[in-house]
Amino acid sequence: MPQQPHTPFGTGVQPFSEPRVRIFKIDFVLLAATLGLIAFSIVTLDSATADTAATSHYFSMRQGIYAVIGLVLMVTLASIDYSRFRELKTGLYIGMMGLIVLVLGLGGATRGSRRWIELPFFRFQPSELGKVLLVLALSAFVLDRVRYINDRQTTSRIMLLALVPTLLVMAQPDLGTSIIYVNIALALLFVGGTKWTHFAALAGLAAAAATLVLVIAPLAGTPVLKGYQKDRLTAFLHKDNADPRSQGYQLNQAQTAIGSGRQTGRGVHRATQTRLGFLPESHTDFVFAVVGERFGFVGAGIVLSLYALLIWRALRILTISKNLYGALLAAGIGAMLLTQVFVNVGGNVGIMPITGIPLPLMSYGGSSVIVTLVALGILQSVYVQAREAAAGKTETI
Amino acid sequence: MYLPGDKRMIVTPSLALRVAILGGIALVLFAIIFFRLWYLQVLSGDKYLAEANDNRVREVKVEAPRGQIVDRNGTVLVDNRTALAVQVLPQRLDNDPARRARETRRLAQVLGTRPGKLRKQILHDSKVLPFSPVTLKTDVSLDTVLYLQENQTRFPGVDVERVFLRKYPHDAVGAHLFGTLGEVTKKQLKDSRYNGVQLGDRVGQSGIEYQYDRYLRGRNGASRIQVDAMGRPKGELSIRDPVPGKQLRLAIDFGVQKAGQSALTGFGKPGGFVAMDPRNGQVLGLGSNPSFNPNVFAKGVSASVYKRLQDPNNGAPLANRAIQGLYPTGSSFKLISSTAALQSGLLSPSTVLFDGGSLNVGGISFRNAGGASYGALALPRALQVSSDVFFYRVGLMADQRGGDIIQKWARRLGLGHPTGIDLPGEVAGLVPSPAWRNRLFRKHLTDRPWTPGDNINFAVGQGDLQADPLQMATAYSAIANGGRVVTPHIGMRVEDSDGRALQEIDPGPKRRLGIAPATRSAIISGLRAAANDPGGTSEPVFRGFPITVAGKTGTAERGAQGDQSWYVVMAPYNDPRIVVAVTIERGGFGAEAAAPAARRILAAYFGVKGKKAVGTAGNAPN
Repeated sequence: MPQQPHTPFGTGVQPFSEPRVRIFKIDFVLLAATLGLIAFSIVTLDSATADTAATSHYFSMRQGIYAVIGLVLMVTLASIDYSRFRELKTGLYIGMMGLIVLVLGLGGATRGSRRWIELPFFRFQPSELGKVLLVLALSAFVLDRVRYINDRQTTSRIMLLALVPTLLVMAQPDLGTSIIYVNIALALLFVGGTKWTHFAALAGLAAAAATLVLVIAPLAGTPVLKGYQKDRLTAFLHKDNADPRSQGYQLNQAQTAIGSGRQTGRGVHRATQTRLGFLPESHTDFVFAVVGERFGFVGAGIVLSLYALLIWRALRILTISKNLYGALLAAGIGAMLLTQVFVNVGGNVGIMPITGIPLPLMSYGGSSVIVTLVALGILQSVYVQAREAAAGKTETI
Repeated sequence: MYLPGDKRMIVTPSLALRVAILGGIALVLFAIIFFRLWYLQVLSGDKYLAEANDNRVREVKVEAPRGQIVDRNGTVLVDNRTALAVQVLPQRLDNDPARRARETRRLAQVLGTRPGKLRKQILHDSKVLPFSPVTLKTDVSLDTVLYLQENQTRFPGVDVERVFLRKYPHDAVGAHLFGTLGEVTKKQLKDSRYNGVQLGDRVGQSGIEYQYDRYLRGRNGASRIQVDAMGRPKGELSIRDPVPGKQLRLAIDFGVQKAGQSALTGFGKPGGFVAMDPRNGQVLGLGSNPSFNPNVFAKGVSASVYKRLQDPNNGAPLANRAIQGLYPTGSSFKLISSTAALQSGLLSPSTVLFDGGSLNVGGISFRNAGGASYGALALPRALQVSSDVFFYRVGLMADQRGGDIIQKWARRLGLGHPTGIDLPGEVAGLVPSPAWRNRLFRKHLTDRPWTPGDNINFAVGQGDLQADPLQMATAYSAIANGGRVVTPHIGMRVEDSDGRALQEIDPGPKRRLGIAPATRSAIISGLRAAANDPGGTSEPVFRGFPITVAGKTGTAERGAQGDQSWYVVMAPYNDPRIVVAVTIERGGFGAEAAAPAARRILAAYFGVKGKKAVGTAGNAPN
């Protein structure tokens, strides 16, 4: 086990005011994957929603607008030094908590869960932004304790900082997002250098908590999960339910849609699962099934490969980062994206419960698209800073 | 700036290991999904494709019943009934052409039609409305339906649907008012009047059904049914309830309508009638003879029946003579000539003109009908006995004065242009004027220019004048009510199905004419005398009638087509609540045909018992 994995040198931070023309140093592979996914999303939404919306391009047009806003934010973030965020950790953390509490207080509800705040022109989903704020703040907290990374106290403190918002998000209830929060915390600890034994202990605790929530609490008469959540968690195990409103039915239709795409897809007009409305939520939760039906194994494979490209670049940027904060940010963002992709696509192909989390950049939704692009902007910033440091443009103490 | 703990990063072997582990986890997760996709799309793709093809939604229209049409007292005039319709879903027919042809042949035999016709209809309708059932025959017998259901395996794709059809409980009564339904046209769909109507829906295409379609039609509901590859329903996905149409209350009085139609039918000659409330333009009755039974239109009419209903040799039953007749009006026009003469100052009510039995102008002798001569008389008396010479002189005076006095007043009182009734198909008629005839002459469409003789004939409603009973009723109403030219209307109120008023229909008068009280009283006293005093043209017809009426006969010469019989009457004469205009083709003198018919209509309106024989000969010819 490594005791002290880092050399005792710090890295200087660029003041925000310094003129920077760094945009040409961004990671073009990462950018290409990002743009590829956005393009795929717009094309898919155009066909997925042609028969339902009043104007056939409603969703694709809006998704395009969200993407443009997100891309502007991404470029802006890429051109500033992410290291500054470390100083703002307390503010970011409090801001995140404030947003999550706010949505519990005055959020609107779809299908029994409060997830968003109604803004003019826009339905804002704070738990989406919360993911990025958590990565920024928690990475800073981990960094503060990196000398004592092997202490039990460090692990428990970091986990506590992560679990408070996790439980609040779970109470919205938004099970999928809470899984992402936990995974972000675990990834940060892992890259920070937490001992293996601590992870084993955390796994044990998680198992005990799951038993409590799923078995003991319902027996005691105080179920923690709402009915539809339990349905979702268990539905993928029995899909033959014929009731169109049931989760099993939805999963079954999603699977039929994906399977019927076969190797090369059915094209727009023959994609009956989507066009005839068998596929529920075809523009959000089940957008991957639309891709599967319309473009087949080839199309679904391309989309998955683009995500794999994103994850690979995140890990690559992690290793070249000029400082540990950048590495932690890359790890957190990578974990966030990987969890979302696996949980969402896993739900679509029937190997995971449906938790209602969006597929990054593909699912229709302003909060999700913009926040994902903000996260990728931070990732780009880490890359740009690393290249500048390597070129010796930034001073190193 | 120095931040504690943020060290320059060096990738230690330990960090490299951890990154590798993260990468490994990601690789495994992606691999799981790839293999799952491979399994779903490549290994079992055909199975899922078959499943997807089994998944089909049929959207079934749930037809909304149209609103009822009732008369002013609530008597139902147009109702709905349900009927059975045989439909076919083209995409569920057999794919094999030979088997499909056999099925079409069987089906044609069952439905009593030709296979080619069915095939053409299926092809056409499924092009217009793909994925929708094609209705092959509406209102089939229960036996046919039972046969189809018992032999369902031999008729794949054939369905029986319940549809609403119009029902007319009183058969021919009011037939010319209601109009027919038909599938909405593509042109209509672009019109905002038809918002919410879908291709294939049936809307009002003529008559009241057309005019008030937006109230009468409901909004169809829809039920989305999931079906498997065999077309068997597997479950209902969603349903939208239909909204029934609103009830329309007409101003029509069923008793008046019925009396009018039976009076015309009893006389057995083509004609039309209008009964109207002169105070507001509400039409109490409007009909045409010969009539027809609108029930034949309910399920779509065959071309041969339709042709017969339009055939002039048959009396063209579909023509509505009350609003489409183009007849000279004969002496009933004298009300208009009188108004023009008095209002323009050609005459005063007491101006006396001499009727020596004829008037010679430009070498032509204009005579009274029947060779009568009435001596010196003023306007009321001239109306009472219907002195032609008196009005010939008025026509001549008007022509000499110039300025188209009578033409102007005829137009003001509603002739020469549509009255604006809420019934499509109204004609404008014709008010002949010097300008009109001279224009025709310049274009060589007539043999001579305008002469004073034209105006002389015009003043007594002969010659080129063309008007229909509704226009005459409107003109008489304007005198009856003291100068308001009403907008005739049949619709009175839009109601919900319980009869609660949602919207009143009251178009208001079109214009107000300044009719001097002296003008009005002179004319009405003349018309009153005509119907009540000895020597009056219609006095024998109304002898013994308990209500004092004021009416004018008319007998228009139409050459080879015989004499057009007219009668226009207002009652009671001192405060008219009803104006009736009747015209009968080849009916002879006004008092012989039209006046007795008008009396029957008035009797129905005022509840007068006892009939008077139709066709009483008058002692005065005109």
